[in-house]
Amino acid sequence: MAESKNDVRIGVYVCHCGSNIAGTVDVDDLTSFAQQQGSVAVARNYKFMCSEPGQALIKKDIEELGLNRVVVASCSPRMHEPTFRRVCEDANLNPYQLDMCNIREQCSWVHKSGATGKAKALVSAAISRAYYLQPLERREVLVTPAVLVVGGGIAGIQAALKVAEAGHKVYLVEREPSIGGHMIQLDKTFPTLDCSACILTPKMAAVKAHPDIELMTYSEVVDVQGYVGNFRVTIRRKPRYVDESLCTGCGICQEKCPWKADSEFDCGLGQRKAIYTPFPQAVPNVPVIDPEHCVYIQKEGKCGACLKFCERGAIDFTQKEKMVDVEVGAIIVATGYDLMDPSAISRLGYKRFPNVITSMEFERLCNATGPTGGHITIDGKEPKSVAIIHCVGSRDEKYHTYCSRVCCMYALKFAHLIGEKIEGAQVYQFYIDMRCYGKGFEEFYQRASSEAVNFVRGRPAQVTDFAMTPEEKGKLVVVCENTLVGRPVRVPVDMVILCPAMEPRADAKEVARRFNLSQSADGFLLEKHAKLDPVATANDGVFIVGCVQGPKDIPDTVAQGLAGAAEALALIEKGRVELEAATAFVNEAACSGCKICVSLCPYSAITFSETEKLSHINEALCKGCGVCVAACPAGAIVGRHFTDQQILAEVAALLVDTRPATVAV
Amino acid sequence: MSYVYYPGCSLTGTARECEESIQSVMRFLGVKWTELEDWNCCGAAVATGVSYLLSLALPARNLALSEKTEADLVTGCSRCYLNLIRAQHYIQHNANLKRDVNAVLAEAGIQYAGTARLRHLLDVIINDVGLDTVAEKVTQPLSGLQVAAYYGCCQGMWTYAQFDSTEDPTCFDRLLAALGAEVVYYPLKQACCGGTLSMSKRAVGAPLIGDLLLAAIAVEADCIVTACPLCTFNLNSFQNEAGRAKGTKFNMPVLFVTQLMGLAFGLPPKTLGLHRNVVPPDPVYRKIAAGAAASSAEAVASGTK
Repeated sequence: MAESKNDVRIGVYVCHCGSNIAGTVDVDDLTSFAQQQGSVAVARNYKFMCSEPGQALIKKDIEELGLNRVVVASCSPRMHEPTFRRVCEDANLNPYQLDMCNIREQCSWVHKSGATGKAKALVSAAISRAYYLQPLERREVLVTPAVLVVGGGIAGIQAALKVAEAGHKVYLVEREPSIGGHMIQLDKTFPTLDCSACILTPKMAAVKAHPDIELMTYSEVVDVQGYVGNFRVTIRRKPRYVDESLCTGCGICQEKCPWKADSEFDCGLGQRKAIYTPFPQAVPNVPVIDPEHCVYIQKEGKCGACLKFCERGAIDFTQKEKMVDVEVGAIIVATGYDLMDPSAISRLGYKRFPNVITSMEFERLCNATGPTGGHITIDGKEPKSVAIIHCVGSRDEKYHTYCSRVCCMYALKFAHLIGEKIEGAQVYQFYIDMRCYGKGFEEFYQRASSEAVNFVRGRPAQVTDFAMTPEEKGKLVVVCENTLVGRPVRVPVDMVILCPAMEPRADAKEVARRFNLSQSADGFLLEKHAKLDPVATANDGVFIVGCVQGPKDIPDTVAQGLAGAAEALALIEKGRVELEAATAFVNEAACSGCKICVSLCPYSAITFSETEKLSHINEALCKGCGVCVAACPAGAIVGRHFTDQQILAEVAALLVDTRPATVAV
Repeated sequence: MSYVYYPGCSLTGTARECEESIQSVMRFLGVKWTELEDWNCCGAAVATGVSYLLSLALPARNLALSEKTEADLVTGCSRCYLNLIRAQHYIQHNANLKRDVNAVLAEAGIQYAGTARLRHLLDVIINDVGLDTVAEKVTQPLSGLQVAAYYGCCQGMWTYAQFDSTEDPTCFDRLLAALGAEVVYYPLKQACCGGTLSMSKRAVGAPLIGDLLLAAIAVEADCIVTACPLCTFNLNSFQNEAGRAKGTKFNMPVLFVTQLMGLAFGLPPKTLGLHRNVVPPDPVYRKIAAGAAASSAEAVASGTK
């Protein structure tokens, strides 16, 4: 721009990264190559450029040599771009005058020979781009000091409580009539065998009691607008037909209601009324009316037993669906998992044989509040032998290649509980590997192994009622290869428990779209970094915790809930959030008004003005992804920090052959 | 749709009855095909033991021959199908293997390009002819006939993967139901018949056959219907041995799928090779006749024609 050619002074810093780069790239050769490039005032190399002395080196050069561009040839910008941007800022150089040149991940790490030549090409390209870099201004906006937590399982409960404890407003949205999630359905929890409800209900009650938590059950998030620090969220509140402010939870309505349906909470093993709370400790303790089974709703006014008996007059059939808007600074998505329906694997006989059940069904059978009052019986009969089949749909290329991580442990727990409740019961574990990796898990494995359990290593081929011997008559037969013995076995049992895979929610794709998140190949939502940023996502200000990110046990889920709270609190407590400066803008004179960019923007940052016939980019929403820049047929959109001029200069430099010229004879 | 038909050795030898019924039924259904010229053995279950390359080159030669015709290559034998699709799959995914196989084929002056389209007989009947057409052509509905549809194991792995579920294939059931037969729940529908063990290691093979027959009796099937010549051969020919292994006597009719189709289409049993079946299918005829009598009596009773 106003700068003349002689004013550009570039400093190039080549990092050895110990032997990570210097092991394959000749850093001295690379440095002298860089030194010879136009506008390069200085080129140096150093063992660890990201170390304090390395940073000091750059800072000193900027100040003393008057550098106005910096190229750091080291690792991926993902790792250290923030570090070197800060160095520039400390030396009063605009941080956007820095270009990171990655000569590690795609260069030194992947080439045995020729890495130096490639590094030269990359550095040359970075220098050419750096020449055209422009200073950019970062802006800050205020953060709304409230958090939305989506999903009221243990992950969401833990996150909500922690944020509220810090004194901030929390909106906790739950799709079901009560919070509690899958955990409240469980009987005992491994490896300590404490009762799941006993440890969870105090937390549920605390959610209800906390003045800073606004609990919205039977509700769903339908729309999310805005950006980090300033989200506007629309929540649909389904009609409960019961006024929460009037209901005392006395339960008379449920007692008097004459209509029944299968209980979702008891996995269809028991029944509930048409007006119901899913379980006795439900929070809130306010029933809902299931319109599909309520005869008053279905047959327009017939019945009305609940209306007659409710002394508080809390039943309200005039309730309509309501939309509520809330404003929050951060969002924690804790929508959990679905248990796979094992009837897809028809050879295991689920839904064909009533005594083939899922692990969750067994939890309900075992539980004192369950349909059998805690007696392990099917159709009134107590099994004397039980087969537990691990890895149903997990670790199976046809269904889910991943391991669901909790099944080995709860299968051991089941064996222990069966032994406790049914004297002399024979339990068979059909496993592939026993994966008992957590704290106290191995000890639990040893304990359970010393009890009367038979371990059969192998993946069962079939569960059949076809008897081949008199002993098999009237039994379910598990057909399997015992891979330790190398022989097929047929094990007749009275009950089969399947351990189905934990899978992404059926609507995980929709949830991902709603919160602008990505899914990993297995369908679970994708975190920002598998190891170092496990709850953050590609969408700033939106965090994922618990099984929405992948199968987890309770301790891991709780830890993630707390991590999500910490992330949200860090954002809110700071009060301000910096917006991306490398955004796109529309050159209005060139915009033809074709609207192609509007539909392509993944962040809904582009609006179209019908009066001006022009596209406008909301820079607060723009993440600088460049989709619109590339797509604009008129070339009217400019991506700051990635202008055509910068990119073309980079490409041109990349394509120059940096190898020594061969002499023609 | 044009087809070229690859019978294979079994169908022209020990499974002649299957072959005769395939030809009769496909002609009846109006499916035209020519026999693959100069076809060779697919290597059956033995070529792999001799040489890996041979086990791929033998089926590859047939695939290569079919490529020249540009027609779909149809086989009614499970083992042939398995060997052909196995060769196709491995060669497609391994350039070195393709080079080696073609070096072998070059000796015979042909090359396998990888464009052959392999089809299973069931696939052609169910998906090209269609179950509606099959049902329309039925003149002798099999009402009252309880059949056990035996899918077999080689097929479970590969055949059904192409057009049905490998976990729980149902296409065979649907085909038999279209004929008006009552398809019973057959718990061993995908179990192994022992393959060639019935001959090479009878102590292992015979009990496996016995289990299949016992299961069919337990579910009150009038006959077992097969889709594989080797299954048909095993289940028909070794009932005495299987009976000794299980301490009982068997007399269970076993029909190849097109044999039963032919009966439903009203074709003469002789054209379906039924006179060659080791276990005479007479109980099946009686059941079909009884079913026909019952339904015509019903028609008379209800006053309709």
